[in-house]
Amino acid sequence: MIQYILRRLGALLLVLLGSTFLIYNLTAVSGDPLEDLRLSTEPNAQFLLEKAIKDLQLDVPPPVRYFNWLIGILGLAGAGPTFGLTLEGSAVIDIIGMAVPITIRLVIISTILSIVIGISIGIISALRQYSRFDYSITFIAFLFFSLPIFWVAVLLKQFAAIEFNNFLYDPVISLNWMIGFAFVGAFIFAGVLGGGRNRFFITLAGAFAVNFAVLYYISATGWLLTPSLGPVLITAMAIGIAFGITQLSTGIANRRVLFISLGLAALTPVFYFVLQPVFSETFEGSTMWLLALATVAVGYLTGFVFGGDDRGPAARTGMFVAFLSAGLIVLDRFMQSWDEYYNNEWIFGRPIATVGDSIPDIGGDYWVMGVDGFTHLLLPTAALMLVSVAGYVRYSRASLLEVLNQDYIRTARAKGLTERTVIMRHAFRNALIPLTTIMAFDFAGILGGAIITEQVFAWRGMGTLFNTGLAKFDLNLVMAVVLITSVSALLFNLIADLVYSALDPRIRVTK
Amino acid sequence: MNLDNEAKGSEDSLEQRETAGLSQGQIVLRRFVRHRAAMISLFVLVFIILFVFTAGGLALGTTENPIRIMGWWKWDFTDLPPLQGIMGEPTLDVFPEFIDGTGMAIGDHPFGQDSIGQDYFSLVIRGAQQSITVMFIIGAVAAFIGTFMGAISGFFGKWIDQLIMRFVDLIITIPTLIIGAVIGIQIGNLGVFFLALFLGLVSWTGLSRLVRGEFLTLREREFVDAARVAGASNLRIIFKHILPNAIGVVIVSVSLLMSGAILLETALSYLGFGVVAPDTSLGALISANQDSFTVYPWLFWWPGLFIVTIALCINFIGDGLRDAFDPRQKRRITRKDRAAGRLLKKQS
Repeated sequence: MIQYILRRLGALLLVLLGSTFLIYNLTAVSGDPLEDLRLSTEPNAQFLLEKAIKDLQLDVPPPVRYFNWLIGILGLAGAGPTFGLTLEGSAVIDIIGMAVPITIRLVIISTILSIVIGISIGIISALRQYSRFDYSITFIAFLFFSLPIFWVAVLLKQFAAIEFNNFLYDPVISLNWMIGFAFVGAFIFAGVLGGGRNRFFITLAGAFAVNFAVLYYISATGWLLTPSLGPVLITAMAIGIAFGITQLSTGIANRRVLFISLGLAALTPVFYFVLQPVFSETFEGSTMWLLALATVAVGYLTGFVFGGDDRGPAARTGMFVAFLSAGLIVLDRFMQSWDEYYNNEWIFGRPIATVGDSIPDIGGDYWVMGVDGFTHLLLPTAALMLVSVAGYVRYSRASLLEVLNQDYIRTARAKGLTERTVIMRHAFRNALIPLTTIMAFDFAGILGGAIITEQVFAWRGMGTLFNTGLAKFDLNLVMAVVLITSVSALLFNLIADLVYSALDPRIRVTK
Repeated sequence: MNLDNEAKGSEDSLEQRETAGLSQGQIVLRRFVRHRAAMISLFVLVFIILFVFTAGGLALGTTENPIRIMGWWKWDFTDLPPLQGIMGEPTLDVFPEFIDGTGMAIGDHPFGQDSIGQDYFSLVIRGAQQSITVMFIIGAVAAFIGTFMGAISGFFGKWIDQLIMRFVDLIITIPTLIIGAVIGIQIGNLGVFFLALFLGLVSWTGLSRLVRGEFLTLREREFVDAARVAGASNLRIIFKHILPNAIGVVIVSVSLLMSGAILLETALSYLGFGVVAPDTSLGALISANQDSFTVYPWLFWWPGLFIVTIALCINFIGDGLRDAFDPRQKRRITRKDRAAGRLLKKQS
């Protein structure tokens, strides 16, 4: 095993040498980085020109310069590892250091959400193969797959930001829109539940009525301007979560686990009132991590202590229920700050942002800053998700259908296991294995950023650095981005292979 | 229960009866023709290709000495007609008189005019031509190199395999958009043909891995041994015996590669690393007009709709091909088939 990893790492280094050499020379010969300076009429242009040539060794031919760059990266020049200087003369490492957190913030949320949502939809689509729902999802997935992201991004800017902000001046939903939204929502819900024709129409009608009522309430009370959930709704939702998670993990029939998760859900209103003073204006972000950890621990321990024979599943269920219910309380607290954010002088009454990653001068507390982050993340995340969710839907659907045809699924059904056990324990887990490769690939792309999305939404992340670097032929900047993306791609590929062999014993890495 | 089994039996025999006496190619063709979405997409795609190439004509040659063959559309994408209307609105009107009071019309500028008065219809047509050209060239180049590399890598193994696969790793390491941008910024000004050619030179890697995998399993089969005993040369075994068995993988992944190619080209042109002025492309059109969406929405909608339609068609065709080539793919039994099966059973 160790030997395999070492051999792979060795090969990885060779591949890196080759790919960086290739890109370095291709970029170097594609244009003149000093063109702006040569045409410049500034009095000190000549001085800057000479300085840039000296600093960046532009008089050295590219293949030789590559090895100088390599020596710099490896820190063999004596001054420690360095990415070199940009055209303007600042250290590349500083600029990268500023871009990486921005990029991670942008991409990691959309990646995780895409995986969770995409796989869920794909699984449901596979379980309802050849149904209305399946056909609609397949078509929508293909459509999203074919969308150029820069086009979607502009559409989102227009309709989800500009028009939505206009709408917020007077948030009354017109009757036509209400009926439309309610119907689409109901159709999806009925499609997910499935069943025969009669059941489909009954669910459709019921869901339509509920949706319509909710939308009417939102419109009539101006909920969008002063959103909040309140303790009653939070408790009701927590109970719903408890039932849902229990159904997925052990089944409702397991009363012990059901009571544990319901008990945890019943604690939610207590914590709601306990936490309100804690969530004050002086609340710090680090406390949130502690609270999240404590919540997970409480949920896990409750399940573990009261779980009896089903200790493991009960603990896992408790963990999820506690975490999601607590998440509702936090969500509600963020919603309470919406009003303050909306009326902030920097917002100008247009909360959904089309450019940038934050408003630097907003100067609010933790909650207002959180809402600010949300309004800036909303559009780019949506644009990134549309495409990658479609991919996950396709892959997970195909993967689950493949697994459901296996003999061991037939065996599991034949020995009388419930459908839930067959799907969740036997089929779902095995269907996830082939997806690890794709997930690893997606996670590897996080550091590289999203070149197009960052450009459209003016986020100053890694993708934008690459863009501007390439347009100005700023070699050190381009190479820093390329190096970071390549290394993370190769490492995640290696990790994916190792995880794959750990998950699927039929595959041995050391052949 | 009994009835269920009978239906099952008739379904299997239905499947067998339909494929009896047909060659592999004929079975695949039949399955593909039956894939409704794929067939519709094929027609739409062929229509779009014929439409844009006859309407816009051909622009060949270099920037210095262009060779132009005119199409049937009255404007060329380089013409500068005077601005009509207040801001060059589209003159296309698809609604007949009884709906909106004015009759159906195509008019002088069906897609409107851009800010300097150029006919937008001819610009979009030109852009679509570029995208389709890039798509097919990348597909062809990648299919040719990828199949060849994968075939010799999988067939010969040993150091050839090592060499090729390490090179594939090398290319795959770099994200497509990055390598595309680096190529585009050098090649973009040479015209769309060279851009596509060079993009094709780096797009074959994924395909070659798949072909290699196929060859690794197929070369161990008995018919390969039989061919070798009969005295067939390596080249003959590769191209006559193994490749026809692996052709499904090639066709399916090339079709998916092509839909990726059209999105890659438009993205590069959007970022300014692809097709450059005075020529145009769908991505460049969107990039140029995205800020005027509120005022001139048509400048933004049309190029995007063309990209989406072409990519969607290719994706559906790829899906249809995959279903057609997949031997495990069972045809979905419709109610009509069941009725036909029962009828046959009764008669016999």
